[in-house]
Amino acid sequence: MAAPLGTGTFTEEIGQEKQDTQEKDKAIPPERAEEAKLKAKYPNLGQRPGGSDFLMKRLQKGQKYFDSGDYNMAKAKMKNKQLPSAGPDKNLVTGDHIPTPQDLPQRKSSLVTSKLAG
Amino acid sequence: FLGAGGGNDIQWCFSQVKGAVDDDVAEADIISTVEFNHSGELLATGDKGGRVVIFQQEQENKTQSHSRGEYNVYSTFQSHEPEFDYLKSLEIEEKINKIRWLPQKNAAQFLLSTNDKTIKLWKISERDKRPEGYNLKEEDGRYRDPTTVTTLRVPVFRPMDLMVEASPRRIFANAHTYHINSISINSDYETYLSADDLRINLWHLEITDRSFNIVDIKPANMEELTEVITAAEFHPNSCNTFVYSSSKGTIRLCDMRASALCDRHSMLFEEPEDPSNRSFFSEIISSISDVKFSHSGRYMMTRDYLSVKIWDLNMENRPVETYQVHEYLRSKLCSLYENDCIFDKFECCWNGSDIVMTGSYNNFFRMFDRNTKRDITLEASRENNKPRTVLKPRKVCASGKRKKDEISVDSLDFNKKILHTAWHPKENIIAVATTNNLYIFQDKMN
Repeated sequence: MAAPLGTGTFTEEIGQEKQDTQEKDKAIPPERAEEAKLKAKYPNLGQRPGGSDFLMKRLQKGQKYFDSGDYNMAKAKMKNKQLPSAGPDKNLVTGDHIPTPQDLPQRKSSLVTSKLAG
Repeated sequence: FLGAGGGNDIQWCFSQVKGAVDDDVAEADIISTVEFNHSGELLATGDKGGRVVIFQQEQENKTQSHSRGEYNVYSTFQSHEPEFDYLKSLEIEEKINKIRWLPQKNAAQFLLSTNDKTIKLWKISERDKRPEGYNLKEEDGRYRDPTTVTTLRVPVFRPMDLMVEASPRRIFANAHTYHINSISINSDYETYLSADDLRINLWHLEITDRSFNIVDIKPANMEELTEVITAAEFHPNSCNTFVYSSSKGTIRLCDMRASALCDRHSMLFEEPEDPSNRSFFSEIISSISDVKFSHSGRYMMTRDYLSVKIWDLNMENRPVETYQVHEYLRSKLCSLYENDCIFDKFECCWNGSDIVMTGSYNNFFRMFDRNTKRDITLEASRENNKPRTVLKPRKVCASGKRKKDEISVDSLDFNKKILHTAWHPKENIIAVATTNNLYIFQDKMN
C-alpha cells in the first residue's frame, strides 16, 4: 500500500557529479538526484534501468497458490473472518442424528451490493 | 474554457457524491472504471469486487433550470466472479478493468465489461409491464385445472413498477494468456478489440468461439522482452485503424487493411528523448497508462506518469502539446518508487477536442484547455459539497515559501489517488472517482 511521503528536506546536490559543486546554477536534474538516492539505498538494484524486471513482474501479476485446494481454503478463511464468531458447539452437528438443512449454519451470502448503490 | 472568471469559462460545482463515507475502505469497493454511455444519460462504474453499478440521469425538470438532472442508481449487478487458473495456480481477479458502452440500437442498453481474462456483453433492459389474465394460470403462477375454465379471456399487459434487468448475452473467454488492459468498440459497431500485455485480439460481437489475433509482440525468447502493451483504442471514425501504446512511451497506429497480423505498424509516434536526462526512472515514468482519441479523431492524447501529451495523427515525431500534471513529483521519484506509486496508472479523457482532464494525488484532478492554454486543479472532497457553489481551485507549492491556501508536496496524501475520470459526451458534467467514492460535478448554469 502506498504511504504518504515523509517530510524530507528539499534535495540539494549529492556531490557525486562531475560539475563544480560550488555553482548553484549547475544543479543536478531532479531525476538524477532521485536516482542517486535510490542507488544509495539499494546498491544491488538491477543494472538495466526500468526494464524487464518490472515487465516480468507485471506479466506475472496475481496471487500464486500451491494448488486449487490451497486457493479454496484461503477463500474460505476470508469468508469465515467476516462471519460473527459463534461458539463452536452451536454450529457442530455431529453424533446423534443425520443433520437436516435446518440444522446447518446459515451460509453467508457472498454477494454484497456495492456501496455506490446504497 | 477554464478559469475563474469571464464569459465563456466553465465554473465547476459539486453536484453529487456516491459511496460510503467511512474511511475504512473494503477492497471490493475500490472503483476501477467509470464510463458514460453515448448519450450521457447513463453512467457506469466497475469495482474491484467485480460489480457494475449504473446510474441514470433524471429527466430535466423544466422548472428547475439551475441544474441538470441528477444521477440515480438504475441497475447494479455482479459482472465477474473470482476464478482460479488451474494451470498456473494463479487467482484471476474479478476486478472490472474496463467498461465500454455500445451505441443504443433498440430499447435495451448493451455494455462490454472485462476483467483480466474474460469479456462479457451485458444487456440491460427495462420491464414496466407484465401480462395478466392468463386462462390456464393463476396470478401467483399455479396452474388451473383446465376443466374449471368456463370462459376465455385475452391476457393483457398491465403496468408494473419499473424493473431493470441485466443479463449476460455473450461471454468472450479463453483468448488472453496475459492480463487484459483495454477493450475498444469499433466504429462499425460489429467488432471490438481486446488488448493484453502482449497481444491484441479482434472479436465480432455476435461470435464468442472465435477471435482473431491482430497484434502479437511476444518475443520468441521471453528474456528479450523489452516492452508491453499498455492501452489500445479503435479510431472513432476509421474502422480499419487502431492504436496501441507501450510501456516505453511509444504509440503505434495500425491499419487492418495492410495485413491480417498488424505487427508492423503503419505509424510510430515517439518523442525523441534527451539522452542527458536519462535516469533509472526514465522508462518507468514514460510508460503510457492511457491513450484516447479526440472525438474528431484528428488528435490522440496519452497519459504518462507526470504529463499528458496531445498528438496530431499527422505528426509522428513529437506531440503537439505537453501538459505537466504534477511536475513537482519529479524530485520525489525515489520515494514514489519505494511506495509503488510510480506504477499508478492514471487515465485521461477529452471534452470534444478542446479540454482534457486527468487525475492526480490528494484527490486532486487537473484540466487543461488547449485553446486558452489555461489549466486548473480541483479537489474531489466531501468538504466542498454544497451544490451550486463553485469549486475553489487548488495549488500545490513545490518549493520555497508556501502561500496561505497552498498545500506543500510533502503534505499530499498519496493514498488518495484519482485514476479514473469521465466527461459527459455532450454536456459539461464530469464523473470523478476517488478510491471508493464517485463524485459528479456540473457546470454552474446561469
